[in-house]
Amino acid sequence: MFRTLLAGLRPPLTEPLAADPELAAAGAALDLAARRRLGRGLAIRAVDAGSCNGCELELHALGNPWYDLERFGLRFVASPRHADVLMVTGPVSWQMREALARTYAATPSPKWVVAVGDCGAGCGVFADSPACAGSVAKIIPVDLTIPGCPPPPARLLAGLAALLEGGGFR
Amino acid sequence: MTGWDAAVQRLADGQATLLGLWGEPGVVHLAALEGDALVHLTRASPYPAVSARHPPALRPERAARDLYGLDPEGLPDPRPWLIHGETPTAYKFLPVEGEGLHQIPVGPVHAGIIEPGHFRFTCDGETVVRLEQRLGYTHKGIEALLAGAPIDRAARLAGRISGDSTVAYALAFALAVERAGGVSVPPRAVWLRALAAELERVANHLGDVGAVCNDAAFALMHVHCAALREEVLREAASCCGHRLMMDWVVPGGMAADLPAAAPARLLRLTAELERRFRRLVRLYDGTVSLQDRTVGTGTVAPALAARFGAGGFVGRASGRAFDARRSPGYAPYDALGFAVPTRAEGDVNARVWIRIEEIFASLGLIADILDRLPDGPVRSPLPAAAGEGIALVEGFRGDILAWVRLDGTAVARAHLRDPSWFQWPLLEAAIEGNIVADFPLCNKSFNCSYSGHDL
Repeated sequence: MFRTLLAGLRPPLTEPLAADPELAAAGAALDLAARRRLGRGLAIRAVDAGSCNGCELELHALGNPWYDLERFGLRFVASPRHADVLMVTGPVSWQMREALARTYAATPSPKWVVAVGDCGAGCGVFADSPACAGSVAKIIPVDLTIPGCPPPPARLLAGLAALLEGGGFR
Repeated sequence: MTGWDAAVQRLADGQATLLGLWGEPGVVHLAALEGDALVHLTRASPYPAVSARHPPALRPERAARDLYGLDPEGLPDPRPWLIHGETPTAYKFLPVEGEGLHQIPVGPVHAGIIEPGHFRFTCDGETVVRLEQRLGYTHKGIEALLAGAPIDRAARLAGRISGDSTVAYALAFALAVERAGGVSVPPRAVWLRALAAELERVANHLGDVGAVCNDAAFALMHVHCAALREEVLREAASCCGHRLMMDWVVPGGMAADLPAAAPARLLRLTAELERRFRRLVRLYDGTVSLQDRTVGTGTVAPALAARFGAGGFVGRASGRAFDARRSPGYAPYDALGFAVPTRAEGDVNARVWIRIEEIFASLGLIADILDRLPDGPVRSPLPAAAGEGIALVEGFRGDILAWVRLDGTAVARAHLRDPSWFQWPLLEAAIEGNIVADFPLCNKSFNCSYSGHDL
């Protein structure tokens, strides 16, 4: 088993930051900003507020060896009570609005909210549905939106870097 | 006896399998598989509840009641299902009686990066004596959005009913539209669709095999499988510009042809995956501590899988050999040879093995498809048409049913039924008698879609 442990992952798959210019810029910015502001620790809680699950797949991909989100000190946590950042996906279905608002309330301040994907930003293809309560910003305060259907992992990383570079905590 | 009553009788007798039950104002639809034939019937509402005689129809009937006000006579469980209403907390979970029982409510917001739903566990100590699911949290009013939508917009919606199955949904919708309009698709597009569908199957199964092991605290498999999955998604993006291949399959054919360099790259990928995944399979097969968690856990009895017509790895792990690519079947699979693995044990381990064998089968299919890919155009014009079409497509999770009624250049009505409709209820049965801590493992081995189910 120990041979298998690294076979296939060697040389390390995690992309050298120069491999992809977009990723490189995002990674470098993220690393610096994360260290400066957070001393290498930012806890992210993902909340699906009615997505098609496409965004969840790409949020998952952030953890694979190619992107390795944790090298920047960012990690997904199991409870909003442990979180600094909520990453919210979906057009906010009518039936998730209350759960989303409660999740936000359960997240200790200071906190940030990232609306992920075209749905989180503006309901995407589900705009105008009477079963949707509106984009994330209609339910809770949003600090950043990362568009895309779904946004690829490199763009999600770039978005997190922008968040750390930019606005203040709530 | 009318055709409808006879069909319901055959469902109740186990001679036919329910493929879907859905509504529109004043009318109820039923689709069933009888032998190799896909039967589609309608009748006016009110009607006698199908679920009173065939329980798998219960959730679909509750959903049609919520969405279209169809109120079948003798519905065994009239609680709302997809629409929670103004007072969602008034929902009455089934009563549980017994000494020493306690309940654990979980969700809709879960601990992982996962879709929302509510699970109400009733436990005796560590052992689950009943799980009751409550779904509908991701209900987005998709059928209402589809009604009246131009075909291209409807196709984009269909591809976002369950994002992980976007190719299979887009294909099911496209086939239904093409059948409604009598459109034939260029041969190259038919084969490219299968290529996309098999890539999607491989990517999802790789993710699932890793994730199941991760939920058994064996993170090593998860890391390796996630790395392989990423390689598939990157090749998919190089084929069509989108990692999940959204909007590549469109009514009439494909939105774009395969780039000239893609076949060689894909062949390299399949050879590489085959070699590396085989090593991971040996790791799974040889790790006793992992199998200690997966073998005998979350068992679904074959009779139950057959009764519910559970598709995909859930059905095949419990002995149901059904695969929509074979029966009723659609092109180009009639010209391709591929194995449909089955197992009899019905546990988490069996559902993992079905996925493992399907990954190898799909890798073989991808190589075959690339080898025999015809030349020519990839898209036919889609003339305005009025009519109905129905299609059954095998997604990674199981068979997806699509029905559309066209009204010129727009969709008048459409219904897409996710495989999860007939898998979610079996998860309630599978967890019975297992410990609470094994629920994530069982749940991941099913990997049902919330969004696909909630519509």
